[in-house]
Amino acid sequence: MPYDFEQIVERIDQQKFWTFPGGVHPQGRKHLSNQTAINTLALPKQLVIPVKQHIGTAGACLVSVGDKVLKGQTLTSSPHPFSVPVHAPTSGLVTAIEERTTAHPSGLPELCVVIEADGNDTWTELKLIADYQQETKSSLISAICEAGIAGMGGAGFPTHIKSTARKKVEFLIINGVECEPYITADDRLMREFAWQIRQGIDILSHLIEPKVVIIAIEDNKPEAFKAMQQVCNDTPAIRVVQIPTKYPAGGEKQLIQVLTGREVPRTGLPADIGVMMFNVGTCYAIADAILHGKPLIQRVVTVTGEAVQKPQNVWALIGTPIEHLLSQAQYQLKKQKAPTVIMGGPMMGFTLPSVDVPVVKITNCLLIPAKKELNLSQRELACIRCSACADACPVSLLPQQMYWHSKALELDKAEEYNLFDCIECGACAYVCPSEIPLVHYYRKAKAQIRIQRDDKDKAEKSKQRFEARKARLEKEKQEREAKHKKAAAARKQATQPATGEDGGAKDKVAAALARAKAKKAEQAQATENSASAETQPEDNKARVAAAIARAKAKKAQQAEAPATDSQGSAEDERKAKVAAAVARAKAKKAAQQTEPDDTANASDSAHAESAEDARKAKVAAAVARAKAKKVAASGAPTESSAETDDDSEGREAQRKAKIAAAVAKAKAKKQAAEQAEGEPEVTEHKPVEPALEEDSPEAQRKAKIAAAVAKAKAKKQAAEQAESGPQATEDVPAEPAQEEDSPEAQRKAKIAAAVARAKAKKAQREARQSGSEDNEQS
Amino acid sequence: MKLVLSSSPHQHVRRRTNQVMRLVIYAMVPGVMAQLYFFGWGVLVQMLIALATALVSESAIVALRKRQIGQALQDYSAVVTALLLAVSLPPLLPWWMTVIGTFFAIAVVKQLYGGLGFNLFNPAMAAYVMLLISFPAAMSSWLPPGELAAHAVTFGDVISVIFTGFSQSGYDINQLRAGIDGVTMATPLDYVKTQVSQGYTYSEAINHQQFTDSLWSSASLGWSAVALAYLLGGLVLIQQRIISWHIPVSLIAGVAVTATFLAMINGDVYGSALFHCVNGAVLFGAFFIATDPVSASTTPRGRLIFGAAIGFWTVIIRTFGGYPDAIAFSVVIMNMAVPLIDYYTQPKVYGQQRPVKQTEGEP
Repeated sequence: MPYDFEQIVERIDQQKFWTFPGGVHPQGRKHLSNQTAINTLALPKQLVIPVKQHIGTAGACLVSVGDKVLKGQTLTSSPHPFSVPVHAPTSGLVTAIEERTTAHPSGLPELCVVIEADGNDTWTELKLIADYQQETKSSLISAICEAGIAGMGGAGFPTHIKSTARKKVEFLIINGVECEPYITADDRLMREFAWQIRQGIDILSHLIEPKVVIIAIEDNKPEAFKAMQQVCNDTPAIRVVQIPTKYPAGGEKQLIQVLTGREVPRTGLPADIGVMMFNVGTCYAIADAILHGKPLIQRVVTVTGEAVQKPQNVWALIGTPIEHLLSQAQYQLKKQKAPTVIMGGPMMGFTLPSVDVPVVKITNCLLIPAKKELNLSQRELACIRCSACADACPVSLLPQQMYWHSKALELDKAEEYNLFDCIECGACAYVCPSEIPLVHYYRKAKAQIRIQRDDKDKAEKSKQRFEARKARLEKEKQEREAKHKKAAAARKQATQPATGEDGGAKDKVAAALARAKAKKAEQAQATENSASAETQPEDNKARVAAAIARAKAKKAQQAEAPATDSQGSAEDERKAKVAAAVARAKAKKAAQQTEPDDTANASDSAHAESAEDARKAKVAAAVARAKAKKVAASGAPTESSAETDDDSEGREAQRKAKIAAAVAKAKAKKQAAEQAEGEPEVTEHKPVEPALEEDSPEAQRKAKIAAAVAKAKAKKQAAEQAESGPQATEDVPAEPAQEEDSPEAQRKAKIAAAVARAKAKKAQREARQSGSEDNEQS
Repeated sequence: MKLVLSSSPHQHVRRRTNQVMRLVIYAMVPGVMAQLYFFGWGVLVQMLIALATALVSESAIVALRKRQIGQALQDYSAVVTALLLAVSLPPLLPWWMTVIGTFFAIAVVKQLYGGLGFNLFNPAMAAYVMLLISFPAAMSSWLPPGELAAHAVTFGDVISVIFTGFSQSGYDINQLRAGIDGVTMATPLDYVKTQVSQGYTYSEAINHQQFTDSLWSSASLGWSAVALAYLLGGLVLIQQRIISWHIPVSLIAGVAVTATFLAMINGDVYGSALFHCVNGAVLFGAFFIATDPVSASTTPRGRLIFGAAIGFWTVIIRTFGGYPDAIAFSVVIMNMAVPLIDYYTQPKVYGQQRPVKQTEGEP
């Protein structure tokens, strides 16, 4: 900000002002109407009240056709903050709520409440706030809103919104400039109702708390200036100043510039530079609303022009058809070239489409010019680029460039020349020697740009929708393709497991290696088994290898499990399981010497669901049986010597043999049951749970429990066998044998199984004696 | 009752385009009077020829373009163009050259670009440049001011020379150009230029009968009076707010500054600021030519740049170029720069920090 508060106030006190660029000096012609006091109109028969007379949103109608309304009764309400209500200007009957042509340049019909006056003019109950200083600000503001007050200078901005601004206000400017030619409504109001305007200013000061109040009046209204000075000379905080007459000094931005030298940022509000401005008419209405409780239902309207016999100012009820005002001022049609009524002044006013149009809150003037009073003929000539428009522009635009581009519909260029900073004051068109209706071109261009923006927004939204859809489809497609790829890769791997290409290949190779080693170990064992000699190191190696293989297989399984999806996973899982199972089976085979490991393997094998696995398990079972037999065989001599020798070694061996036998039997039975009944899950799960935790030192204890269980089972089986005879006993190995590949192996297995059974039986019998002891021990 | 609608504002200041043009014509009166006094009736004859040609050309082209002839002629723009060209031409220029020049100004430079308001170049000056390039000898054949002429040229002689090439006594244009000393007389600018190129100093050059020996030692007889008469008319235009002060002031300042700068470098070779201002067409150009609204810059800052640049080019071309005067060339050169100047000198709009210089195309 170029000047601070003190400097500005000092300048104002010295009656020194800034100026705005450009500006014009049209003939004021204010004497036509400012010589007589404001008249009161006869009550019109019918009033038409548009529901929206301000900038913002319209309220919903509170009345319906046929309702009787009282003067001052609220007709609309809205929860929206950017809305002010309208009120019944007199008492009467609502005869229609319909669309009527209203005072708008577009001439488009708007929703109106039509009231037939009953002539009584009966007021509704008025709620006034006598001592406003005791009231909270919010209640005052809501009272201002309830009174339907919107800026009466022309824009119709809801006053309550302006006065609730949070920003610190240095200057409260009261606009009594009235720079438009012909209009004298504010002039007369200031002359006759200065005190009530002062009251309104006091209320606003109370609400806004400015550092200083400036009442600005153009120097062509000395009477109004004196009147305002008189009512404000008791308060030093209020300064009444006369500013040089120049159109459009009364524009909000221009007046701020004249008084403070500050410029409202183009995207900001006056409050951003510490200024707030209200029209004198608004101040009057605020005082009416707060101190008298009267809503905004009437205003001063200048009816002027040489085509009326008696130009004057009148108090017009909102909603009064202008025909009523014209007849009051004695309109003379014959004095006009063509019937024309301008609402507003000659610079910014607009022509009305009909005389039925009602007076609204922003109507300050009706101008009815005679034939040659205004230069209304608009024969547009070519622009000679004289730049008179640029020299007249109060916002330093280049009107001819804007005109050029607007006319050529180069709207982006027009915008580049700051079309939207145009305040449509009309100064450019006023001075144009070619009589080009420049403002009209700008309005058209602005409207077209707004339409384009709307269209662009719409297009943008649909584009976004389309893009989103495209992206979604693309994503889906990619996902599908990825799945297919994975599935294909999985298939490839399935057919060539050794030459797998992905990360799991190493693991698989390792697993295969481990398998090979395990096999080798197994083979070594098998040969050793027949010799009933056990080589510990070999066994250990095999076990380690198996464990590694297991771990690797598991890892591979885990690694692949999350990465794969529904299609690929089944196969991968299966493969991993197969590998794991194979590894397990091998490991099991290698580890059968020690009982805990055996049970652990048994439990692991629970996961094996494939036929192959089952077969291997059977093989393992057979091997186990064979071993058990061996143990039993070796146990038998020790058994006899156990009686003679001591228990330690003999018992141990015996117990081991028993356990092994029991486990083997249990497995065999299980297999049989699985084959016969086809419900492996149930039977298999039993050993699973305890076995899963089998890696701890507790393993032995648990193994004992398992052995006990196995023994119990074996007992039961033995009992069954005893009953069912040889046929039943043969059944058990017969079925797994069916699946043995080689007939030799089958035969061997059968023999082994038979032998094992026999030995096991024997062992069981012996075990029966020590069973109770074992149970107690464990 | 149906009311008549119109767009705001409903009021206009009562000065229309044709009034503007008429005021320009009135403002030319003192200068034309001075020309008549010093250079004889030829000026008037040229004005009439140009005027007739302009009106006929304008009507024909407007008719071809299917526009209203009456409306086009009423704006007086063609009249102003014709008069500006006519007063720039040597008074005894053969009639057909004037016709060609005027037709070129109206038909080609103005109407072919879209008529009034659309022409890129100043029509009168573009036509003048065209004639000067096409007929350099004829376009340089100015008569000496009346007092210095060996032969008195009557009105009949003027008509005869313009339309036949010979005066009633049988003299041709070159014979008529002889001064009282019997030597064919060049224009002051041409004379000084020639002298300086032949090795004389500038002060020796202006020590010639053409130049007054008063305080205004560098002002030439007749020519300077005409220039000052146009200055008078120009001041009226400014006073009447037909033109703004920007272009005349900056143009004269441009001439003065450039000339002074050169004179400071070598005062023996380069003319003074006053010499450049009062001789030739600088004052006429500053108020009547460069201020042509259509082809001049339109922003306040732009006008200053436009005027100053014309002044600069004028002195540069006069001093270093092949032609003695250069207002026409300078104006045409700067006409080309106007769109650029206008674009970069947009005024600061209310509420903006500084004028927005948008790059081409939306980001």
